Amino acid sequence: MSSAITTGFTPQAKARPPRAPGENYLNVAFGVKSWLLTTDHKRIAILYLVTLTILFFIGGAAATVIRLNLMTPNGELVPADTYNKLFTAHGIIMVWFFLVPVVPTVLGNFLVPMMIGARDLAFPKINLLSWYVFTIGAIITLWALLAGGVDTGWTFYTPFSSKYARTNVIPTMLGIFISGFSSIMTGLNFIATMHTMRAPGLTWWRMPLFLWAHYAVSVIQVLATPVLAMALILVGVERVWGVGIFDPELGGDPVLFQHLFWFYSHPVVYIMLLPSMGITSEVITCFARKPIFGYVFIVWSSIGIAVLGFLVWAHHMFVAGQSVYSALIFSALSYLVAVPSAIKVFNWTATLYKSSIAFETPMLFAMGFVALFTMGGLTGLFLACLGVDLHVHDTYFVIAHFHFIMVGGAVMGYMAGLHFWWPKMTGRMYSDFLSKLAALIIFVGFILTFLPQFVLGYLGMPRRYHVYPPEFQVLNVMSSAGASILAVGYVLPLFYMLWSLYAGKPSGPNPWNATGLEWQTPSPPPPHNFDETPIVTTGPYEYSMEESALVH
Amino acid sequence: MSTNHAVLAHHFENLEQQRETATFGMWIFLATEVLIFGAIFTCYAIYRLRYPLDFEAASARLNILIGSINTIVLLSSSLTMALSVHATRVGRQQMLLTCLLLTILLGGTFLGFKVVEYYEDYKEKLVPVLAFDPDEWTKVEGVEAPIQPQHVQLMLVFYYIMTGLHAAHMIVGMGLLIWLVIEARRGWLTPVRYMPVEIVGLYWHFVDIVWIFLLPLLYLTGTHHPTDLHF
Repeated sequence: MSSAITTGFTPQAKARPPRAPGENYLNVAFGVKSWLLTTDHKRIAILYLVTLTILFFIGGAAATVIRLNLMTPNGELVPADTYNKLFTAHGIIMVWFFLVPVVPTVLGNFLVPMMIGARDLAFPKINLLSWYVFTIGAIITLWALLAGGVDTGWTFYTPFSSKYARTNVIPTMLGIFISGFSSIMTGLNFIATMHTMRAPGLTWWRMPLFLWAHYAVSVIQVLATPVLAMALILVGVERVWGVGIFDPELGGDPVLFQHLFWFYSHPVVYIMLLPSMGITSEVITCFARKPIFGYVFIVWSSIGIAVLGFLVWAHHMFVAGQSVYSALIFSALSYLVAVPSAIKVFNWTATLYKSSIAFETPMLFAMGFVALFTMGGLTGLFLACLGVDLHVHDTYFVIAHFHFIMVGGAVMGYMAGLHFWWPKMTGRMYSDFLSKLAALIIFVGFILTFLPQFVLGYLGMPRRYHVYPPEFQVLNVMSSAGASILAVGYVLPLFYMLWSLYAGKPSGPNPWNATGLEWQTPSPPPPHNFDETPIVTTGPYEYSMEESALVH
Repeated sequence: MSTNHAVLAHHFENLEQQRETATFGMWIFLATEVLIFGAIFTCYAIYRLRYPLDFEAASARLNILIGSINTIVLLSSSLTMALSVHATRVGRQQMLLTCLLLTILLGGTFLGFKVVEYYEDYKEKLVPVLAFDPDEWTKVEGVEAPIQPQHVQLMLVFYYIMTGLHAAHMIVGMGLLIWLVIEARRGWLTPVRYMPVEIVGLYWHFVDIVWIFLLPLLYLTGTHHPTDLHF
């Protein structure tokens, strides 16, 4: 037995590699290969940013056609089956290929290692692999959606999806199944990173709230995604071999699929939302120049949302034939989720109280987030109420509610984060005027698009129909008009942010005068993030009222 | 990556941190795996409770002999896997290689038996769609049985999905073990760098534990007679 090979290892902290002046993660290497084979978390974040931006606009294009079609009661633009395929494509792309990954993979990938003072995520190669897996899944699904399409709705309800639908159900699900592994890899990476790679002195209770939000999200990603994978496998098996797993004629139970599906797809709402809540906590405390109010409460509310989020799935099935008693319990549990969400809103409000607020662009988006999320959350309580849900189930009320949460909430938060950390990611400032204009346009456009849909739903307009009674036309035209404003608001950042790469003013390491380790290093950051391992001695939000007078 | 494979990756401070991170990552992955098997176990349990007689009838026809032998084989492979981890940590290269190869052998035996079993199931007309005779289930020795063939079929579908998923995990595990053998032959698995063996070990034990649940759920639900003990 000759086991002794020398490794040259000494168990001491190792020195960071020296770096040339001005060297950063963008200019350290050039060429396609240096991007496609990178294991640098910052470059992978940029890869995701480009991929997801493309997917966002494809999903948005589907929504545009839907809204154009709904301008007239008879839906002259597209036939009914095309309409079904359009809303399915919109839902699938936006949920699985934009909202779920966007904040964790773009901002999370970029910032989690920087905020904890590490050189990289725990598993850099798995991080790169996750981008490939995601992209392959996205391509398969996009191909399936474009070459023939799917008409099941993004929810794939059985037995329609497993037996009757004659569209590309299997390839679409295959793409979602594959991309699910990318979600698991990201979550796994974040949890391991936060547990083992925090800088000296960065205790759990000194972690920025952005990290806590990502911790909660990662737990959901790791625990919920496999259940969806299993549900999709079962639908696939039933579809291919015609065995009755969810087919009542053969002894199967279609509602069981809904249980499996929502066991993933309800927590998934919190995958979309929690990271944006983390962003909002960072942005509000920075531009209020005050330590966050109730740090510990916000942390526990994130964890609370992650835990309770797993216990409310059956509120999507109040009219699906489940027992009255379980409906009652799930209704009560759904009300409970409002508690941690409300704690966050109250704490953000309390942070703003008597602070000196600077209305920079990220702050405008964050304020928009708080306002729209509050409305979305409150209407969610209407839906958690059994009696009201019977009335508005599967109507535009539901559509408006979850768009307030996902677009008004998650996307607004993402925009806040993107504008907040863009100078860190690129080293450039975007146009102040245009970005504030975009924030305003998105807010106004959003309200105009989705507020009428609450009314429509309450009056009884069902979702997923491509025609409607003529008396609903005024409200539908209002909604479509709002959607066109919203579209302008989303296209605008594409231009001024790209323009900032050419003509933007250099931002310097810390343009917002923010706390947090990511601001202690040059912009764009060096390949290994920090020239020396930072040591943390204070909590995350050491803003004081006195200094604010000097800064703003 | 260069061929001299730096033991400490660039983004870790020291080996202790690297070890901790790697094991921790594997545990999180196993949590994911628990949920994926948990989902299918739940579905199975729901139908098992709804159609108890049909599920018992189908279970009684599964090959208990091969199922039992495979249980012994798989548990033995867990022992050799655990010994491989031990051998790496104390730096016994020859023992490591032997144990890894034994684990591969036992894993291969399991999969081989599984293939034989599937083929037997096929001959016994226990494969829905491919080979399944609905009429043989409705009468037991000429007497009407309160059994619905489509519910029997449901049980068998779950049997194939669950054992198939388990076998797929075994195949992945075999691939990982072969990778370990290559690493071990190059002398790269040492007391300093024992993590790969430990992590694969965690995975392998997990797959074994899944089987421990599959055996009673699938095979021991129905009543078997001594005459059933055949290949």
